[in-house]
Amino acid sequence: MEILSLLGGGMLLALQPLNLALILIGVTVGLFIGAMPGLGSVNGVAILLPITFLVPPSGAIIFLAAIYYGAMYGGAISSITLGIPGASTAVATTFDGRPLARQGRASLALVTAAIASFIGGTVANVFFTAFAPLLASVALAFGPPEIFALMLLAFATFVGLGGDDIPKTIFSICFGLVLGAIGFDQISGAPRLVLFDMNGFLQGIGFLVLAIGVYGIGEMIWTIDQARGEVETSTPKMTMRGMASDAAEATRRGWKGTAIGSVLGFFVGILPAAGATPASLMSYGVAKMMSRVPEEFGRGNPDGVAAPEAANNSASTGSMLPMLTLGIPGSPTTAILLGGMVIWGLTPGPLLFVQETEFVWGLIGSFYISNVAALLINLAFIPLFIWMLRMPFTILAPMIFVLSIAGGYAATRDMFDIWLIVIFGLGAFVLRRFDYPLAPAVLAIVLGPIAEPTLRQSLLLSSGDPSIFFTRPIAGPITVVALILLLLPALKLLRRRRGKAEDGAA
Amino acid sequence: MTKTMRGLVQMSCAALIAMSPMAAFAQDWEPRRPIDFTIMAGPGGGADQIARFIQSVAEQYDMTNRPLVPTNRGGGSGAEALIHVSSTSDPDHTILVTLNSFFTTPLRQENLGIDIQTFTPVAMMGVDPFVLWVHTDSGITNFEQFLQQVRSMDGEFVMGGTGTGQEDSIVIAFMSGAYDLDINYIPYDGGGAVARDLAGQQIMATVNNPAEAKGFYEAGQFVPLVAFSDERLPAYPDVPTMREMGHDFSYYNQRAVVGAPGMSDEAAAYYADLFTRIYESDEWQAYLESESLSPLWMNADEQRAYWATQVESHRELLASLGE
Repeated sequence: MEILSLLGGGMLLALQPLNLALILIGVTVGLFIGAMPGLGSVNGVAILLPITFLVPPSGAIIFLAAIYYGAMYGGAISSITLGIPGASTAVATTFDGRPLARQGRASLALVTAAIASFIGGTVANVFFTAFAPLLASVALAFGPPEIFALMLLAFATFVGLGGDDIPKTIFSICFGLVLGAIGFDQISGAPRLVLFDMNGFLQGIGFLVLAIGVYGIGEMIWTIDQARGEVETSTPKMTMRGMASDAAEATRRGWKGTAIGSVLGFFVGILPAAGATPASLMSYGVAKMMSRVPEEFGRGNPDGVAAPEAANNSASTGSMLPMLTLGIPGSPTTAILLGGMVIWGLTPGPLLFVQETEFVWGLIGSFYISNVAALLINLAFIPLFIWMLRMPFTILAPMIFVLSIAGGYAATRDMFDIWLIVIFGLGAFVLRRFDYPLAPAVLAIVLGPIAEPTLRQSLLLSSGDPSIFFTRPIAGPITVVALILLLLPALKLLRRRRGKAEDGAA
Repeated sequence: MTKTMRGLVQMSCAALIAMSPMAAFAQDWEPRRPIDFTIMAGPGGGADQIARFIQSVAEQYDMTNRPLVPTNRGGGSGAEALIHVSSTSDPDHTILVTLNSFFTTPLRQENLGIDIQTFTPVAMMGVDPFVLWVHTDSGITNFEQFLQQVRSMDGEFVMGGTGTGQEDSIVIAFMSGAYDLDINYIPYDGGGAVARDLAGQQIMATVNNPAEAKGFYEAGQFVPLVAFSDERLPAYPDVPTMREMGHDFSYYNQRAVVGAPGMSDEAAAYYADLFTRIYESDEWQAYLESESLSPLWMNADEQRAYWATQVESHRELLASLGE
């Protein structure tokens, strides 16, 4: 009950006219920053940090959190309408969001994304409110072996199930892992895989570079190739009634993905080193695994939009938890928030919840309000984004190209990355012609750089003994489940063979 | 406006300019683009905290006409950042927040072709001491008990720190050598992750900077055992130093801002002035005190000389540690 009264007080603080205005502005600005390819919540928060010195600390963090929320909603918009991931957190949203848009169901995808985001955010808020201190200790219990086991599980969800060609999936994962290994080795500090001795490779290949190449440029070439000169124009219409029926369909066909993303996203979000991008990719994998129609994933299944969108909102709330309770940022955006808090004279860490009650609960209260605000503002703008899609493809294609290049450049301000984007785009088109799934490569380049150091740290901890992944109470069960999932296709194959053999005998 | 009024305004303007000669000089050059503020380490560690703090002070007092944009480039013990800054096409808008890997990484990886003397000195914001920490639940309360515990575990005692050959590993390697300890060292990508895993008891001890461990210390989770500083730290008066134990060893992490190689003199003067003002701000002075940093202010020539001596002493340290 004490928590409810604290939360009530926090919400009242967030609803004060100044704070409410900050929430509305923050969410709207965040929505558009998130929708711009290449610009994500990190850039939004960094650019707008100065404004926060004009208001008191509680208002300042409420404003930044609102931008963070808005950007999580906004990322989905360009993922769905243009096929270019608006932010790294929204890459998984392109997997099914873009196919839906091509089928003229962009409004369904956008409404699904909005509703899933709202539910994901709300579920995370409730978890946060009820269990914050307890969950902080859960996050601490995840050392290198536990995190590696979790990464293994994430890979297993992509390999083990679904209708994709398994050897091709494994090839795609390995390709992503190799790309992720380029650059400096964290453990020894030595440079690796510096192709052609080009200095550009020393910095490693950014995840967004691969994603924009594959989904922005690659998708554009693919569409041009498919259209074969016949320019397809979808004329999606947007009416209030249409939106209502979309909302009903989104709920019916996307509830499962939403549920998975909301819960899984939060737990991945609170873990150190993870954040919203791995959370959304993992939720997509699990949603596909749990679905009764996994073969529909990648072809426009609302669950495939709902899962990553619910997860990225849920995880972004979750990643606030280690920041506030431990003083350790769970994501790049929270690192910037942390810097802001220090200058406002607050010490994030175990004592923040005790010493700065009003600040903490004002922030938590604002999460609830921001979430409602983001849903309403997002729904209000959907007709505008739909209208954009009615442009002929001859106009849309160059626009996608320009946005992809500009977005890729904005992220790192390095021309080298632009060439990589173009090369990845062409490569992705070729691989797609030969039916190679590309999502696993994108997953691998995100998770590989988390999995590899944790694997090596774990083995250092155990002096080289791999049983460390099985004997620890949290890592053990996760590893076992991951291995079962990895072996499942082999077992299926075996059973099918045996079935055939029996048929032959009979 | 009457004549006397105008005269007064002119006089006060002149007085203002006269009172701040540095500011007037720096007006010659101003950034035209957002400033690339590269951090040589991952998020959450000491260097990152300081960079974010500096950025916040600059923003709060509106000290720059273009924003400082912090970017973490911690890869390869800071090699990623060194290469990024030294190969930039816009040296006037690229500055770097450094730590001691500014000295050690070019030494350990000569093939990178980085000569730190080509970088432009900007400001030495302070030096950060190292402290040996254990978790409260370990029951260890002093250095003697720590030594006993490490010896009784026969190579199974696990310490975490930043990358191999970086600051933490140098301090730990010195301690292991001086007391003949067998420690299992796990490298992490930053001091923030190290502190977190000590809080979660994934590792048994660290040599975090006070800034990284302070939150956990105040919450009663960490216990400081020894400081690797010249004098006892004012914030931790009961913690003995390595020197008191008879070892001629102290080690600090430099918290300096340097400019890209090839930066113009005008831009260097602008940044020197900017960081002088940040250094003198009440916020930074309070930060130095609360986070136990020692001031070590130097001008540009002194910084270059300091770099040269640091490179030599690190060359010897790394050699003696078999790196």
